[in-house]
Amino acid sequence: MHGIWRAGLPPFLFLRPWRAARPEVRMGRRTPLYELHRELGARMVDFGGWDMPVHYGSQIEEHHAVRREAGVFDVSHMCTIDLRGEQTRAFLSRLLANDPGKLRRPGKALYSCMLNESGGVIDDLIVCYLTESWFRMVVNAGTREKDLEWIRQHAQAFGVSVQERAELATLAVQGPRARELTTRLLSKEGAAAALALEPFNAAEVEGWFISRTGYTGEDGFEVTLSAEDAPRVWRELNALGVRSCGLGARDTLRLEAGMNLYGSDMDESTHPFESNLGWTVAMEPASRDFIGRAALEAVRAAGSPRTLVGLVLDDRGVLRSHQKVIVPALGTGEVTSGTFSPTLERSIALARVPFGTAGRVQVDVRGRLLNARVVRPPFVRFGRPQIPLQPAENPS
Amino acid sequence: MSNIPTDLQYTKSHEWVRTLPDGSVEIGITDHAQHALGDLVFVEVPQTGRKLTAGEACAVVESVKAASDVYTPLAGEVIAANTELASAPERVNADPYGEGWLLRLRPSGGTTSPELMSASDYEALVRAEGG
Repeated sequence: MHGIWRAGLPPFLFLRPWRAARPEVRMGRRTPLYELHRELGARMVDFGGWDMPVHYGSQIEEHHAVRREAGVFDVSHMCTIDLRGEQTRAFLSRLLANDPGKLRRPGKALYSCMLNESGGVIDDLIVCYLTESWFRMVVNAGTREKDLEWIRQHAQAFGVSVQERAELATLAVQGPRARELTTRLLSKEGAAAALALEPFNAAEVEGWFISRTGYTGEDGFEVTLSAEDAPRVWRELNALGVRSCGLGARDTLRLEAGMNLYGSDMDESTHPFESNLGWTVAMEPASRDFIGRAALEAVRAAGSPRTLVGLVLDDRGVLRSHQKVIVPALGTGEVTSGTFSPTLERSIALARVPFGTAGRVQVDVRGRLLNARVVRPPFVRFGRPQIPLQPAENPS
Repeated sequence: MSNIPTDLQYTKSHEWVRTLPDGSVEIGITDHAQHALGDLVFVEVPQTGRKLTAGEACAVVESVKAASDVYTPLAGEVIAANTELASAPERVNADPYGEGWLLRLRPSGGTTSPELMSASDYEALVRAEGG
């Protein structure tokens, strides 16, 4: 969920798609699956200091595999953190903009932002309630160091221990057949337990930590397991027909699903209300004094001048981050994430625009003003378009 | 390793140039370039009849991740453009030196240029770029 795609300036590419990882020049961090990615023919790129696979031949085919069947992603670069101590829930209640009080049953997970005092987003994360003295959190790869520092700093007062689980690997298996295929690698009893998991719930099953979560808009699991087992499990998934997928497809899938990317769609200079993340902020109960609360109350009282919306391009071309959006009568905004949607076969984007933006807008795409429409994300969910593909006959 | 046919000339900016028997030239992007770009989703080719100067941007290839200009190393008039790529941009990925050609040019100043290099020189360039 973190956006540090390095761009260089080679001769003919005014914007080079990926910087090829060049071990002889610079060695990035590697996951336990690095050797396997190379063996499978992955094109490796630098992603936030990690050498990661961007695709294994065709990003678009990998994208379709996840929408139609199943794909597996290496997300071991993300940072798993165990929080332990009797005061862990109280600590999270202070740390997170969403309310950990919503976590009633063990295994339940919650998506939340972690804010600074100004209401800016330090990171977005998922936290899972395991026992009253053990919660597991997953934060972004590129924000690992600053997150750990921030979390440790605030955990102290609650006597909560903060343990990074860098020795573990995580595979995201996503797609309509992902759960069925993944659970074939478990015993009958284990498979039944995993298949019984409801969305946004996790459980430990036969040595795997299985969570029914993802970043694609499809059903599936995220499986955290030992580094030694990860390559074997990946190969077994491949043998069952689960396609190897890189970060390229992960990005187009998450954008179709209308999910934000940290560092692109929000960061410390933006707050959740202007990032389409208001739904993740729990202002009730009013007594819960989370970090950033006072700033958000001020924003809410004054009204946020900006908002994050979805755009679909009606003209030919591809929306890209930082392109200027022209909103009639209201001013200008900026694309925060844009791509070609393989499912919709047109370009889609998230854009930060003046509050009240609706209907038709124009985007400056390489010096040309192209026509786009404001839509409500998600663009695609469970393999199906969620937005009108053609402009309305009589635009308002 | 990239496919680099020996009968073509190449540019530093990853275009290839094929001299045809009638003296016209065909231009496209190299296998290395299509691989670096990833799956192409849009290709824009020039109008037939357009007069180009050497070094001018004459086409756009856009992939899932980025848009790139394609430059002609030779001056001349566009005598054909591969308009089929509008509905089948993936042909550039699948066959960059064949069905993925971009345009044909009638050169106004010959088919040689200091900007053009041999296959072996281009191979060395690609290797130096880590490709």
